[in-house]
Amino acid sequence: MLTFTIRRLVVAIPTLLFISLMIFLLLQLAPGDPMAQVPLTVPPEVKQKMREALGLGEPVYVQYYKWLIQFFVIEPTVFIDWLTTQNRLFNWLPDTDLYTPCGPKAPADCDLRVLSWQNRSPVMDIVIQRLPQTLTVVGLSYIVGILIAIPIGIYSAYRQYSIFDQVGTFITMVGFSIPPFFTGPLLIVVFSVGLGWFPSIYDTTHRVTDWDSFVYQMRQMLMPVMVLAMQTTAQISRFMRAAMLDNLNQDYVRTARAKGLSEAVVVIVHVLRNSMIPVVTVIALGVPGIFGGAIITEVVFKVNGIGAYLIDALFANDLPTVMTISFIFAILIVLFNLIADILYGVLDPRIRYD
Amino acid sequence: MTEPTTTPLNALAEPEITRPPRSQWHDVWDQFRRHRGALMGGGFLILITLGVLLGDLIWRLDPKGLDIQNRDVRPIITAIWDSSAKVSWGHPLGSDNLGRDHLAQIIAGGRTSMAVGWTAMLLTMLIGTLIGVLAGFFKRLDGILMRFTDLVLSLPILPLLLVAVTLFRQPLVKIFGSPEAGMFVLIVGVIGVTSWMQTARIVRGDILALKEREFVLAARAAGTTSRGIITRHLLPNVLSPIMVSATLGLATAIITESALSFLGVGFPSDFPTWGKMLADAVPRMQEFPERVMLPGVMISLTVLSVNYLGDGLRDALDPRIRGR
Repeated sequence: MLTFTIRRLVVAIPTLLFISLMIFLLLQLAPGDPMAQVPLTVPPEVKQKMREALGLGEPVYVQYYKWLIQFFVIEPTVFIDWLTTQNRLFNWLPDTDLYTPCGPKAPADCDLRVLSWQNRSPVMDIVIQRLPQTLTVVGLSYIVGILIAIPIGIYSAYRQYSIFDQVGTFITMVGFSIPPFFTGPLLIVVFSVGLGWFPSIYDTTHRVTDWDSFVYQMRQMLMPVMVLAMQTTAQISRFMRAAMLDNLNQDYVRTARAKGLSEAVVVIVHVLRNSMIPVVTVIALGVPGIFGGAIITEVVFKVNGIGAYLIDALFANDLPTVMTISFIFAILIVLFNLIADILYGVLDPRIRYD
Repeated sequence: MTEPTTTPLNALAEPEITRPPRSQWHDVWDQFRRHRGALMGGGFLILITLGVLLGDLIWRLDPKGLDIQNRDVRPIITAIWDSSAKVSWGHPLGSDNLGRDHLAQIIAGGRTSMAVGWTAMLLTMLIGTLIGVLAGFFKRLDGILMRFTDLVLSLPILPLLLVAVTLFRQPLVKIFGSPEAGMFVLIVGVIGVTSWMQTARIVRGDILALKEREFVLAARAAGTTSRGIITRHLLPNVLSPIMVSATLGLATAIITESALSFLGVGFPSDFPTWGKMLADAVPRMQEFPERVMLPGVMISLTVLSVNYLGDGLRDALDPRIRGR
């Protein structure tokens, strides 16, 4: 199992490098010029200097190498410094000082962070600020979706072709087909405009201090979470149903029944455990997709998470930010692929070839 | 069949010969017909396709034609509960803030959405089948092509699509002369390039299993070239998984195009597509909810029918299920 895991980890590194190169080259090929907005009165040699300040004067491979250093060496050192000095959880660790910021009196080998072209502040700082919003909405919706989907899948497979199964299959098919950019506005029209139950705009400055503010937080999270959860539910319950159906007709189920086990034990212990093997991997593999859906949901409900930030940066032609956020999405995908692979190995000894 | 003779010996002889021989596609159709959702989905898809193709022959209003006197007209059905609403038989589904007719826009927008969906799906199938067949058939290419497929599968697709469409909009528009043509090629291209992976995997798996079978060996012994084996013996046998993933590809392509339009990186603003109409309607959806509903319902119904069609096809083309 350990060699299996290590092999997977080793494969993940070139994958990430390849993806970063792809994104980098895509942005390099882009015809957009960050200097396009600079007034024409600025002399060309000043423009050239500005270009170099943005790191644009050098050949592509040097830029790529510098970006790699920035992302994989400098940003982590900033993070470690922050962790050991300011974070409440890891304050007890000895204070580190790995990062030397650039400034007027900085040494020549100071560390330049990935800076946004929009506001000249480090991209990662903004990402870290915005990530919690995305993670709470996305994470909660995923958990809600799974919790709804699994019982539906189990029951509709157990009572195949019953009314519940027919209705459940139809509803999941509908949920699977309606895109989030339609369900979002639809829910806003019905529940915010028509009934006035929930706010239509997600207020990220809202702080939970007492019961009332907690209730408000729940109310404003409900709609974005439901929109995202609907996609998850539809997908996972379909998989759950198919996996249960595959297993329900197997010989071991008949044996279990013949031994006189109760139906609950047969279904929950025997069938469910075997059916969960493919479903767990589907759950892990679905995480990146839900982040993609989160981009749209964040735009619809005006949640200022990293998805909405990506769209902002894209329209502002802010390539370092676009690059960083896309790459964060890529890391998430590779990470969850890895988790899915390892889970598959843990759950199903047959595919562990070590 | 000839008149049945009265001699019992003749009647016993070979009764099954009386049945006409059935082809595989006949069986497939029989199984497909039993899936009610798939039948309805298929019928509805044909209806929508015909509607958007031929709709402007019946409903002759120009989707871009401005009619300032009849702007912000509500759908005719609003008159049932709100007698003071501004309705007109000239615009049965209403008109927008510049007086452009909604029905005509839905037809024109649907044509774009369906065109993008079908073309992107065909491109996806082409790339997926090509890579799948190459990887499955030629052992030397297998490792590298499948590693490449895995790599592309772990790309963050939606961010990359957004980036590609935003960054390459201007040069392509310049190359193709008109903004519509440039955007069409760009969107179809990026959807095709980023969604072929599942098809490639399925096709490769099937080709790997098929090429060890005796009929391929026989074809090879008869001196058939690799190209002949692939086109005449292998491709017809992987047609059914390709068709199933084609339905999925069509659904994904329609949704992706609408999502791009919704996020504001799709077709130019005076060029209606369903996603674009939906996005344009969102700011004023409190006063005019039907402007969100119409394109949204059209996208959802189309995708729903395509998904049902795929479900039915999967059942009908699976020989283990067929005939049960």
